[in-house]
Amino acid sequence: MKHETIEKNLPLMVVMIVIALSWAGLAEIVPLFFDKNTQQPAEGLKPLTALQVEGRDIYMREGCAVCHTQMVRPFRAETERYGPPSTSGEHVYEHPFLWGSKRTGPDLVGGRYSDEWHRAHLYNPRDVVPESVMPSYPWLFENKVDGRTTPRKLEALRMVGVPYTDADIEGAKEAVDGVTEIEALVAYLQQLGTVVTKR
Amino acid sequence: MLSSFWSFWVQAIVIGSMVGCGLLILYTSKGQRKDETTDQTTGHSYDGIEELDNPLPRWWVFMFWGTIVYGFGYLLVYGLANFDGIGKVTVDGEEVTWTATNQWKAEVQAFDEKVAPLYAEYLATPVAELAKNEAALQTGQRLFKSYCAVCHGSNAMGAQGFPNLTDHDWLYGGEADTIKQTIMYGRQGAMPAWGAALGDEGVKDMAQYVRSLSGLEHDAEAAEKAAPKYQQLCVACHGAEGKGMQLVGAPNLTDEIWLYGGSTKQIETTLRYGRAGKMPAQAEILGEEKVHVLSAYVYSLSQDK
Repeated sequence: MKHETIEKNLPLMVVMIVIALSWAGLAEIVPLFFDKNTQQPAEGLKPLTALQVEGRDIYMREGCAVCHTQMVRPFRAETERYGPPSTSGEHVYEHPFLWGSKRTGPDLVGGRYSDEWHRAHLYNPRDVVPESVMPSYPWLFENKVDGRTTPRKLEALRMVGVPYTDADIEGAKEAVDGVTEIEALVAYLQQLGTVVTKR
Repeated sequence: MLSSFWSFWVQAIVIGSMVGCGLLILYTSKGQRKDETTDQTTGHSYDGIEELDNPLPRWWVFMFWGTIVYGFGYLLVYGLANFDGIGKVTVDGEEVTWTATNQWKAEVQAFDEKVAPLYAEYLATPVAELAKNEAALQTGQRLFKSYCAVCHGSNAMGAQGFPNLTDHDWLYGGEADTIKQTIMYGRQGAMPAWGAALGDEGVKDMAQYVRSLSGLEHDAEAAEKAAPKYQQLCVACHGAEGKGMQLVGAPNLTDEIWLYGGSTKQIETTLRYGRAGKMPAQAEILGEEKVHVLSAYVYSLSQDK
């Protein structure tokens, strides 16, 4: 095939580009779908509670993953600060995962600071960390979680393999109704990276 | 560990692609002239500008070959799928195959080994004495900035709701060993919510009484009304004179230090909804050695030099 043929035929070029760009994925991504390490939950891993699922949605909505990762890399300097490195087994119930890749702020690991601190910090980060460049999120303290869609979110997650029970789904609306967004978000943040605590 | 099928899959694609790149270079260089320039054109002309059909400079082509050779070298050292490379790192005193995790373990162990004697020496020194050791305090300060500054501030002066560690006021006690206890096992404050028990008026009166304890401007009449209630409800933790009790972390109400603010409104909020300040336990996260050095640093902050 002549180069000119490809260059002058747009659909053909699109196909060739897609093949070229996804080629490495055949080796780098596809085998992971069949690898035990990425498919088997870490020991002690539980599905997120209804409240944490709502917190996770707020996490996505506010774009937290733009500046924070949830992935502690296996470097000494980072594990000194954040604890043991993340493993794939911790994330098998996440659809989609929210690892992030940009580290403007620290990697997020739960249980390090009190709920009080998280609230103070999210209301205005500079109240507790004067050097911080993180934006404030005061509306989280006023907005209430709408529980009507929560059972459906859990059902959708169950469809892709998260082991929620019928009782979980039935109780989901009640568990989150009327709760402020900040409570949901803090509940989500506090459980991040807490499954594997020992090196 | 990948299954042998997927391992072979990865290896076939990677090696195949690398060999393919080599063939592509051979194929596209075919038929090109050996001398450096040519008058030959590609036949492509635009506005009278013609595209010459020169071969790539030789150094450029060599760079292509170089990357392929480098790639094979890389795979030989670091491995590919289930093929372990020849790269080695030392974990638990044994030479093991290079993996990202093994390299990290090796780094951590090498460092821990280096600092272990130092931490052991520090741990054997009582906190109060260690607080006079400049080198230990420097380490302590660095640890403080990594692990504690987020709540207590990089200058250890705290923020609203997070205690200042440089004053001489302590919720749970400022003795060296008490500080270590606090850091190791954490603390959980428990100021109950009195809104329901006191009622709205009651909360407002009590706030005036609390302000009167430290001589702040207050409504004497309201304070007087609340005084009997104080002796009934608050005395168990804050004491008859409002001096507090370090055993339960109840603050002294007669001084000028207010963890949650001393304005009428702030005191009313504290009374109405309660407070539950929490110091997270660090024993599991940091281990006793680091906590010990941190304790010395924190202890030193409130010592007059």
